[in-house]
Amino acid sequence: MTSIIEFIHALGKYDFLQSALLTAVMVGIMSGIIGSFIILRGMSLMGDAISHAVLPGVAVAYMLGINILIGASVFGVLAALLIGFVASHSKIKTDTSIGVVFSAFYALGFILISMAESSTNLHHILFGNILAVSDSDIMTTAIVLGIVILFVVTFYKELLVTSFDETYAKTYGLNVQVIHYALMLILTLVTVSALQTVGIILVVAMLITPAATAFLWTDKLGIMLVLSAVVGVASSMTGLYFSYTFNWASGPAIVIVAALLFAISFVASPKQNFFKLKRSVAR
Amino acid sequence: MLNVKNLTVAYDDTPVFSDVAVNFNAGKITGIIGPNGAGKSTLIKAILNLIKVRQGTVDYDGQSMKSVQKKVAYVEQRKDLDLTFPIDVFDLVLTGTYGKLGLFKSPGKAERQASLDALEQVSLTEFAKRQIGNLSGGQLQRVFVARAIVQRAEIIILDEPFVGIDLQSETAIMKILKQWRDENKTIIVIHHDLNKVTKYFDDLVILNHGIVDFGPAREVYNPKNIESAFSADLSSVLFQEKEGVQ
Repeated sequence: MTSIIEFIHALGKYDFLQSALLTAVMVGIMSGIIGSFIILRGMSLMGDAISHAVLPGVAVAYMLGINILIGASVFGVLAALLIGFVASHSKIKTDTSIGVVFSAFYALGFILISMAESSTNLHHILFGNILAVSDSDIMTTAIVLGIVILFVVTFYKELLVTSFDETYAKTYGLNVQVIHYALMLILTLVTVSALQTVGIILVVAMLITPAATAFLWTDKLGIMLVLSAVVGVASSMTGLYFSYTFNWASGPAIVIVAALLFAISFVASPKQNFFKLKRSVAR
Repeated sequence: MLNVKNLTVAYDDTPVFSDVAVNFNAGKITGIIGPNGAGKSTLIKAILNLIKVRQGTVDYDGQSMKSVQKKVAYVEQRKDLDLTFPIDVFDLVLTGTYGKLGLFKSPGKAERQASLDALEQVSLTEFAKRQIGNLSGGQLQRVFVARAIVQRAEIIILDEPFVGIDLQSETAIMKILKQWRDENKTIIVIHHDLNKVTKYFDDLVILNHGIVDFGPAREVYNPKNIESAFSADLSSVLFQEKEGVQ
């Protein structure tokens, strides 16, 4: 308990901790919202792939001295297009296409990062370093959060209908491809923001675990989005506390908290009905 | 009238059917029957613009299907959907209004009222707040018919709507189809149960990798056509039974 008071005290004292908390909260919200659509569309693997595929974009951005959002977006969308192209122009299934494309991008990213070594720290990109976010990072994250909320509010019904029933959406003339690739673009932006808090390797956890937790508690998409954001924020804040107090890496700390919240929901949620299910199986 | 002219569809290089020409009339309920793999679903997907066609055209009263897309409603097979999706019955029916709303507009009072009315027509008002996975097959099918109602379409296409549903739901759906017919809409139904063909449909299309025959159901549903689309055995069983009853 004293450590919580200490943490709050430190929050008042240190700018870097305030920045970290603010970033963690914003990333928790955006990844919770976008993650909900990712899991409902059965695209968890795609989320993982895109989050890894932005690595060469990060490296190139460092090399050229441009904003990493731009570098990452280019490679994220490129990966999404390539995955779609390979899957639709061959008999290869989408998950296989994802595996081939994202590992290639990831590998390319490693090579490029090692070439640009002097100016970047690979370890921070991979695992996140939330205690070292700069003011411009906060600005970027805030802008991405704004884009995410604007996107979801504006295209809520299109996102809903294409996630639930793409065939139906096509029959009334909705361009489902545009919605898909727009979502992929937003996903890459979220990925880049989440890089700072949890790192590339664990971005997928921030996308999927809070959304999966929220899914266990509600049958309404709107509520799921809000709940998922709340779980994302709670995980980020608690994870940050553990990271500060016990000197754990921020990414793993946040992800472990999210996983714990999922585990509790898995057992306790009335929708999941774990105990009843178990009883009826035992019978 | 919905006009299909020399339509050819192929997956890879194997044609599912070629040179299909058939008409669907307004004010009629048209059934499509044929053995498994005959190309029934492929035909309606081509009509709906969901798949690429190799050759041929589909038009509605002289206009291309693409330009009348908002006048078409499609009730797909239930098994193609994610029944765990966090959506309740009312919100699903409400998605029927999305097409006419277009981008940037949210469903308002009129759309909500239309959805409630449609739910009442299929007697599911009390299920409005229920998650779609917690419905029986028949109830769910009625929900999709309710969505088609709010689409206010002129052409309604249903893919195997009566598979695995209770008699009550089947009757309720048939009632709606007849209402649509009385409103002079074009109704197309893929169907599997040969027994009810002449009872349910005004017109009939018999398909087996191409058109076997089409026209008024009572004329087209005959031993010769069933034999050539399905098998001689099936034909003799079906039509002997019928004669036996008479």
